[in-house]
Amino acid sequence: MASESVREQTGRAAPGLQGTDRDGSRDSAPGRAAPENPAAPGISAAPGTPPYTGDPLRLPRRPLVPVAPGPEAVELTGPVFGPADVDPLDADLTRQHPGDPLGERITVAGRILDRRGRPVRGQLVELWQANAAGRYANRLDQRSAPLDPNFTGAGRCLTDDEGRYHFTTIRPGAYPWPGRHNAWRPAHLHFSFFGTAFTQRLVTQMYFPGDPLLPYDSIWHSAGDEATRARLVAAYDPALSVSGSSLGYRWDVVLDGPAATWAEEGR
Amino acid sequence: MTPPLTPAAPAPNSTPAQTVGPFHGHALPFADGGAPAPSGHPRTVTVHGTVLDGAGAPVPHALLEFWQTGPDGSAPAVPGSLRRDGLGFTGFARVTTGRDGHYLLRTLPPGGAPYLAVCLFARGLPHHLFTRLYFTLPTHDPLLAALPADRRPTLLATPDPGHHRAYRFDIRLQGDRETVFLDFTEPPSRPDAGHGDV
Ligand SMILES: [Fe+2]
Repeated sequence: MASESVREQTGRAAPGLQGTDRDGSRDSAPGRAAPENPAAPGISAAPGTPPYTGDPLRLPRRPLVPVAPGPEAVELTGPVFGPADVDPLDADLTRQHPGDPLGERITVAGRILDRRGRPVRGQLVELWQANAAGRYANRLDQRSAPLDPNFTGAGRCLTDDEGRYHFTTIRPGAYPWPGRHNAWRPAHLHFSFFGTAFTQRLVTQMYFPGDPLLPYDSIWHSAGDEATRARLVAAYDPALSVSGSSLGYRWDVVLDGPAATWAEEGR
Repeated sequence: MTPPLTPAAPAPNSTPAQTVGPFHGHALPFADGGAPAPSGHPRTVTVHGTVLDGAGAPVPHALLEFWQTGPDGSAPAVPGSLRRDGLGFTGFARVTTGRDGHYLLRTLPPGGAPYLAVCLFARGLPHHLFTRLYFTLPTHDPLLAALPADRRPTLLATPDPGHHRAYRFDIRLQGDRETVFLDFTEPPSRPDAGHGDV
């Protein structure tokens, strides 16, 4: 379970080297590489890549309290979204302004399934990202890289009856993590997912295959072992490419957390 | 005495969470996200508070989501969770904390179990955190029964005497009064629980 990462860190948020993030707070960054899983070869942390364990002052120190939600638990249901919530144009981040954004145009699509393999239907998917220069259209991002007047970098869509989502956007640029020497974030898309149950809520990041920055990225390595973090890397899929226009990437997602089956059947 | 609850095993192929990061403010908030109560509804309650870190400092730009039953006790099943029509109640709210770590929510009191489900995202948290905001502490609540008595008050919103129909609920990430955070496991009595997992 993804919450393992929090549980493992509970109580051992030891002080280490600290970087300053762009909102002026700390992130712990002990100066040793994350341990690798020898049974699962793949992309290993480059020597000296510090693991990202979160902000030592923000991680709860006490264990998470397990809850087996009974039928009355409101967390086994979740918010409902519909056509009124999302405009079809919200899924094309290249058409939100009068001109074309700079950058390599991409299509990102995939399926959302629950932990039992059932499609997550009619649920909200949100995407936000930096522009092609690695700058967010967000006032907290004060880096000296250009803003693109034709790119905001925020999109939404609803999954279809097969649990599929689909976005058109541009490939974001890498950006440096302030306060650390040459710590560049690989190109990534931030994603938010809803299941039919509030327990299935997921916010995560998607990466691109073959990115040379991946072995050096503390945040990607914090996701877990080789097999686990490989689930955050999309696959190039020529079948999703639009000839003469965009490169296609497929990324499928599995939401964890219990859901009430009775609630899903009706939606 | 409630027996210890064992966390469920993760689904073998589940997608791991990653931090929300600092730059979500241009993308995730939506109009009236903190005001799910229909405009002018006489039963509207205000809930507000501050998210605090282990040094007692406010946590700015955190994202808080709330999900709850309607006043009739059932989970709202009407679409429109992002686009308020001013009439219906969809049960979902999303707010960000300001530079002072403060948030404010205007909602309707939940029917049935007297709590709001809460999900907290922030830069510096590799995984979101679930908790609950109770308006009262019922005697027969399974979660509360499993908690030591001194931790239950961390989940209780307290009446704010300075304001009409207002409650205060602070979230403390660490410290003596660290908020209780939750790990949801498979419900024990679902007809197909534990079978057919992918
Ligand atoms: Fe980012």
